[in-house]
Amino acid sequence: MNKFLEKSEIKRLKDLTFWQKLFIPEIFKALKITVKQIFKPSFTIQYPEVKFQKPESFRGSPILVEENGVERCVACGLCSRVCPALAIDVQAAETTLEKERYPEKFEINMLRCIFCGFCEEVCPEEAIIMSSDYELSFTNYNDAIYGKEKLLVPIEKVKERLEFLRKNR
Amino acid sequence: MNLILEPIVKILIVLFINLTLVSYLVLIERKVSAYIQNRIGPNRVGPWGLLQSVADVVKLFFKEDIVPKDANKFIHSLAPVISVVVAFSTFAVIPFGNKITLYGNEYNLVIADVNVGVLVILALTSLGVYGITLSGWSSNNKYSLLGGLRSSAQMISYELSMGISLIGILLMTQSMRLTQIVAEQGGYIFGFIPNWNIFLQPIGFIIFLVSTFAETNRLPFDLPEAEEELVGGYHTEYSGMKFGLFFLAEYASMITASAFIVTLFLGGWQAPFIEYFNFSPFVISLLQLSAFAIKVLFVLLFFILIRWTIPRFRYDQLMNIGWKVMLPLSLLNLIVTAFLILINIL
Repeated sequence: MNKFLEKSEIKRLKDLTFWQKLFIPEIFKALKITVKQIFKPSFTIQYPEVKFQKPESFRGSPILVEENGVERCVACGLCSRVCPALAIDVQAAETTLEKERYPEKFEINMLRCIFCGFCEEVCPEEAIIMSSDYELSFTNYNDAIYGKEKLLVPIEKVKERLEFLRKNR
Repeated sequence: MNLILEPIVKILIVLFINLTLVSYLVLIERKVSAYIQNRIGPNRVGPWGLLQSVADVVKLFFKEDIVPKDANKFIHSLAPVISVVVAFSTFAVIPFGNKITLYGNEYNLVIADVNVGVLVILALTSLGVYGITLSGWSSNNKYSLLGGLRSSAQMISYELSMGISLIGILLMTQSMRLTQIVAEQGGYIFGFIPNWNIFLQPIGFIIFLVSTFAETNRLPFDLPEAEEELVGGYHTEYSGMKFGLFFLAEYASMITASAFIVTLFLGGWQAPFIEYFNFSPFVISLLQLSAFAIKVLFVLLFFILIRWTIPRFRYDQLMNIGWKVMLPLSLLNLIVTAFLILINIL
């Protein structure tokens, strides 16, 4: 038996004592617990007015990192390959820049995305990362498909996430 | 003229107060349950969510009223009506205050001072079973039927011990008139404990309280609508305002039940130690009215707290407690009370 279990030995009484069989003292014990709870502070966060503190590792909607006005992505297609929900669609094209390839089309279907973060994990260029944005709502299907113009975020805004990724990779 | 007008005015006032109390009782229940579970509860509609019940009622009115295809339509609509009528009409015999003098006229603060008030209440509450059983039967749904059957079995088993636990009080007061039962509870035991029946009949009180929980289908005895097993129990197939009526009936019967408990065991409108102060008769009757209201609210709060404290009984446990514990205990209580009265102690 391991140490922890020995410490917190659970006592189970199979045969109730006379007082326990009477129920009523036990009910008052239970009432004491519930009444105590009333005076404890509540855990509710008043959502639209107050938002919860996201931990560093929070995975919101995926975004593309934009460096020097151009996306980092080299259109290798790994993210689209690894995506379990088949939400990512990448089409590569050639460019005269140093990276030689860039995504001509990069679409993420936000209705399919399950925020697993595989794309972020697999990306060799740190080009696609999970943001902290979780408030996604759409009124029609086409709005839910995010193209490059919606996905690109300048690198200055996602510094924290990149640092977190480097620390924990 | 006064003979007709006076009861009508009283009925309207009592009905109005009851309906308002029902809507706020729902809110209180939601708030208390929220606080017990470390939540906040409804707080969006109006300040502190005070208008939540209004919003709920409006919503219920505008909902579609769906009747199942093979349901017995007449009985399906009749059942909620029976429940509500029974729940509200019970209040007619409960004295909610002593006499009050307004503009030189003396009014009895009870709608109908019947000489068999206790019997009236017992009869009406057992009629309440019909509402639930008929709704379960007429819905043409197995879950509803099971809920209805459970409720009738449960109510019949607990009505026995409920009735017998009352006889102790009836023996002591030697009257079934509720006003007299309340009047007998004035005065003090040993000069400082109020002469309420709860102190004279503690076991009777506990039995009656538990049976009331079973009678009003409240947790821990809410088997007729055990949502984990029976979807919604007897009101699975109800929607719109018909469901609203069941909801209303549940809370209204809670109010009448706690008023009944207060009348029988907690001294009704008797406010202890009131005669040591020099109040005018009018102030005294107002104080007695509020004493009754406070006691009823206290019992209601107890109902709510119990609901969020104790889990539901299993069906066999329910029947075991009803027949093997409550019934013998209430019989014993009756015999002991009768013996004590015989040898002139009580």
